[in-house]
Amino acid sequence: MSNTPEVIRTERFLSRSTFSRLFELLRDEGYTVIGPKIDQEAIVYGQIHSIDDLPMGWTDEQGPGTYRLQPRDDDALFGYVVGPHSWKSYLFPPKATLSEANQVNGSWVFSVSEEVPPKYAFLGVRGCELAAMRVQDRVFLSGAYVDPIYQGRRAAAFIIAVNCTQAAPTCFCTSMETGPRCHSGFDWGLTELPDGFVVEIGSERGEQMLTALETTEVSAQQQQAAESARQQAVNQIQRTLDTNNIRELLHANLDHPQWDDVATRCLSCTNCTMVCPTCFCSSVEEVSDLSGDHVERERHWDSCFNVTFSYMNGGNVRDNTRARYRQWLTHKLASWIDQFGSSGCVGCGRCITWCPVGIDLTAEVRALRGETP
Amino acid sequence: MTDRTCHNKQADADIVAQETPCDVSLPPYFRAAAPMPDAAANPWTTRTVRIARIVPEVEGVATYDLVFDDDAIRKAYRFAPGQFNMLYLPGAGESAISISEDPANRECIAHTIRVAGNVTRTLAGLKVGSTLGLRGPFGSCWPLDECVGRDVVLVCGGIGLAPLRPVIYSLLHHREKFQRLTLCYGARSADTLLYVREFEEWSSKGLTIHTTVDRATPEWNGHVGVVTQLLERSDRFDPANTVLFCCGPEVMMRFTLMAGRRRGLTPEQMWVSTERNMQCAVGLCGHCQLGPDFLCKDGPVFRYDRIAPFLDVEGL
Repeated sequence: MSNTPEVIRTERFLSRSTFSRLFELLRDEGYTVIGPKIDQEAIVYGQIHSIDDLPMGWTDEQGPGTYRLQPRDDDALFGYVVGPHSWKSYLFPPKATLSEANQVNGSWVFSVSEEVPPKYAFLGVRGCELAAMRVQDRVFLSGAYVDPIYQGRRAAAFIIAVNCTQAAPTCFCTSMETGPRCHSGFDWGLTELPDGFVVEIGSERGEQMLTALETTEVSAQQQQAAESARQQAVNQIQRTLDTNNIRELLHANLDHPQWDDVATRCLSCTNCTMVCPTCFCSSVEEVSDLSGDHVERERHWDSCFNVTFSYMNGGNVRDNTRARYRQWLTHKLASWIDQFGSSGCVGCGRCITWCPVGIDLTAEVRALRGETP
Repeated sequence: MTDRTCHNKQADADIVAQETPCDVSLPPYFRAAAPMPDAAANPWTTRTVRIARIVPEVEGVATYDLVFDDDAIRKAYRFAPGQFNMLYLPGAGESAISISEDPANRECIAHTIRVAGNVTRTLAGLKVGSTLGLRGPFGSCWPLDECVGRDVVLVCGGIGLAPLRPVIYSLLHHREKFQRLTLCYGARSADTLLYVREFEEWSSKGLTIHTTVDRATPEWNGHVGVVTQLLERSDRFDPANTVLFCCGPEVMMRFTLMAGRRRGLTPEQMWVSTERNMQCAVGLCGHCQLGPDFLCKDGPVFRYDRIAPFLDVEGL
């Protein structure tokens, strides 16, 4: 959050050539490095083996319903904003086995699946994405019950944040007070410069890891260059979401005609919920062998936009797009606050970019407020 | 609207607080019971239970008495009236089923179940001695402590009596703690009224039972009409000192709450048990939301004023 007091941390300068040794170092520490790479004309998150896998010299151009890769006029490794993937795929996997049931001597015997958490190093986590992790921490870890898969993976992850040095027209993290600056929640916080990185150490683990790489003092010039690069991202953010009394606004407008209006555009395709870094809805399926004596329970991501999501005997509670869009937006921006003490939106803009018809939640909120979009 | 920010923290605190009820003269089941300890570490922990008895109730409805295979778990298991279990039939799936047992009985757990979908249909095909899985108990409970010293009116429709049966047992075990006890019970027809065999005992212990049916058969001598009429006409409660619990189809509950208001009850005196699709039962899967609440952990039993703004909204 931008109102968090600035913690003065040790900063070191890591040259680009030394940075390339990072992958080997993380591998030696047992980490699988997940970071940005180009796949199917988008920058997505996947396993990274070396600096060569990073999207050097590429950027993304985004708008409502549009995303295109464009070459940059420099060799920046992290010169893009965010793509369709988020880190939640690695902390809250799209598919996971929860438990199993086996017939033993004619009786069912049950056991929960114990995962040995994979040790991920996340490279290139943005400010809004750190905020999304904090949101999901509250969902999965703060209540009377925890999600053991998320818990194990989250604790094991090494987080290398990279400050945004540019923003997309879809970004509104400043409205949600989640970025663009990475303040906390990382092991390393990088700011990319043409010849290397200013590294902020965010944890003891991070400090220890950095001792294995050759770094230098950050010069005043480098400090200033990093600051102006980060400021460029702030300056580029145009989109806003007025969060003032937003919980009351949405709860009080469940019958607003705008829901009918958005329902004529929304395809109920679930894209917004799949790309959202905080959406956590899931369903459980039975996966049985042919004998029926060995059954696994498999959890997979689900979406409140799926018609059967609200199924009860006798029918679906939210049997129309109006009800489903209202559920999504009201949950994200209002009831999330009731449930978890913070908004479910971090202002990353993915739901705007990846909506096939370009529905923009910030415009929907303006309409609900009676302002011209 | 009242400030509801972070109310889940309160729910969590309630779960912790349940071990030390505020009034020591009340049995522990007057407060919601926590699930089995290892469920906190992994909510998917499932126990083997065996069907000890099947009591056919009415067409398509039967009561299943379930017993844990592990005796230590049977002894440790506690629940409070209104809470539910997740019953799991491998291959068919899992279903949230309210508990119909007497909380003072520690031998088995009765679940009265209507065949409504895949899981309940598979269950209906099982025999005594068959095993299945159980997770629980989950959710909030009927606030029996609120009933002490007051008139209590239970209004239910059809299978809605099942989650209130533990309340009836509890009230009658401690009859002297309460004023007048009334059950207003409506069903489609006389042959769909649940637990009729127990009515005599309940009456003799001090529960006044009013029944009504939508469709009268020739042998039916009782009231015909909707259950809210029973509430409207009852002179067995003092609105200033009454607690009302209601469970049934959503439309029936809406009309009951309206009738309760007309009889002078405030929203703070009325509780309802709600239903939605549930998968995880612990507030992690997102299915059971109604407005700001997760029905599985904030409910299923709510005081009316808490969910009033959301109960009447179509498709919420």
